[in-house]
Amino acid sequence: MTRLGAIVLAVAGLLAIAAPFFLKPFGIYLLSMWAVLTIAAIGLNLTLGYAGQVSLAQGAFVGIGAYAEALLTQAGLPFPPAFIAAGLLCFIVGWILGYPALRVQHHYLAFVTLAFNTLVFLVLRNEQWLTNGIYGINGIVRPIFLGWSTGKALNFYLFSLGILAALSLAIWWMLRSPWGRAFVALRENPIRAASLGLDTRRYTLMAFAIGSSLAGLSGALYAPLVQFIEPASFSLSMSFNLLLMVIVGGSGYFFGPFVGALVAVLLPEWMRVAEGYYLIVYAALVMAMMAFCPSGILGLAERLLKAVSHYGRPSPAIGAERTVP
Amino acid sequence: MSVADMSVAAMSIAVNQAASPVLQVANLRKSFGGIAAVDDVSFAVREGEILGIIGPNGSGKSTLFNCVLGQLTPSGGEVRVDGRPTTGMRPCDLNRLGVSRTFQLLQVFPQLSVRDNLIMAGQEHQGSMLSRLIGRSDAGLGEAADQMIEFFRLPHLAAEQAGSLSYGQQKLLDAAMAFMAGPRLVLLDEPAGGVNLTMLAYLRERLQAYHAEHNATFVVIEHQMEFVMALCTRVLVLAEGRIIAEGAPADIRENPIVIEAYLGH
Repeated sequence: MTRLGAIVLAVAGLLAIAAPFFLKPFGIYLLSMWAVLTIAAIGLNLTLGYAGQVSLAQGAFVGIGAYAEALLTQAGLPFPPAFIAAGLLCFIVGWILGYPALRVQHHYLAFVTLAFNTLVFLVLRNEQWLTNGIYGINGIVRPIFLGWSTGKALNFYLFSLGILAALSLAIWWMLRSPWGRAFVALRENPIRAASLGLDTRRYTLMAFAIGSSLAGLSGALYAPLVQFIEPASFSLSMSFNLLLMVIVGGSGYFFGPFVGALVAVLLPEWMRVAEGYYLIVYAALVMAMMAFCPSGILGLAERLLKAVSHYGRPSPAIGAERTVP
Repeated sequence: MSVADMSVAAMSIAVNQAASPVLQVANLRKSFGGIAAVDDVSFAVREGEILGIIGPNGSGKSTLFNCVLGQLTPSGGEVRVDGRPTTGMRPCDLNRLGVSRTFQLLQVFPQLSVRDNLIMAGQEHQGSMLSRLIGRSDAGLGEAADQMIEFFRLPHLAAEQAGSLSYGQQKLLDAAMAFMAGPRLVLLDEPAGGVNLTMLAYLRERLQAYHAEHNATFVVIEHQMEFVMALCTRVLVLAEGRIIAEGAPADIRENPIVIEAYLGH
């Protein structure tokens, strides 16, 4: 990492810790939502950004994780095992959802995952005996972690931030290991990768399973954050929102999901000054951004940095902007 | 026939008799609908050989390659690597048995650096998937990658993204990648395609140097006659899915059947 990168990261980390002390509860709630959804977006960035497997079902996995956590804790299980179970369950379901990806790619795969998302939504709505149907699950309690209550907004935010940091570190480790290289190879040229001994089947399934398990863990925090979950929260719109976070932040960039989630969670709220039009303004901004910078905010930042440091020198080839940590 | 050519022929015969075949193809067939693209082809490649496979367009060279490499499932016949049947094996498993290849069209990973391309080309041979996850970032291949970069004289480009290299440089990287795992057998699919003559001579010289250093075994599909004649120790000629001639490069060049197949009736 460059020195500039290290400084930016340190400042961002300090801001993330200090910010809630200057915010009202709703602001802290939004920050918590950012931390929780960033975890799911990191998962999708792994599946889509690194391994190149399109998935429109990330929201469904957040839902599976959220329901798993809510049902298990209400059945009397403490938070930590419920949290882990949510991740594990989504790992297994994600692995199974990966099988279609071995047969179809790109927009065909998008449709398969889209159908899966709808299927999960219908199960959550119709299987009342388990999920309480459209009435959802009420009164989800925030966990007491090692004797420390996360009931207050500030405490829950710090708790979520800690988990986000730990999971980010684990994913960073994985991506800097040979697995990260293998995922990028899978995205860039699966046939060549296979000819070099890469078991494309196993890595594809793994990319889906790990990406989905992160969504499950995110869901297991989402449930105690909002304290009331219903099937509609995990319809396609959440999957699209997570996809937006990955793309806007910069697909295939490690910190893309952090930036993308910040934009997707905070920007609509800031746009409220436009009153009734705020969603229209938000949508227009996203469209403009995608039209002029398809590689996302971090892609734009990297291009600007390169332009400054390479001033007067020939620019690099098109498509050469993305880096792998 | 010149003296030099004769010695090459004698060498290839000596090699033929010395070792057991690295690759054995027996009665291989592949049909698409009613057309037999590969029709009852049998041959063996012995250790240390550089076998060239030539033939006019549509003669079945690429189909043969793809059947041997598990990209296509043959309609009949058998492929053995070191005596082990590999017919219908997945490309990744075949590669881990020591069969490496390059493709007709360039196949590097454009967004990985040159060095990462080379590490990628070897890492799946190192340990298990789990040990790679917890192990070193370069899978212990950093030094081997640097040596390969040195061998192909690309050190100034080691940190560059492969996609930003010139076509010829990418071709060199492509070949280097095929060698990273120390393969038993390397199949090169039209290595000379689209490469200028200077780069071509350099590529040939590096392939020969690697061959000499490691007693490597190559099979080369190629259109560029000069390249094949200079590089290969033995040549097979394919036409309409069948082997119509086989022999030392010099013999093949003068074989009337071959000349007819290339020039038409």
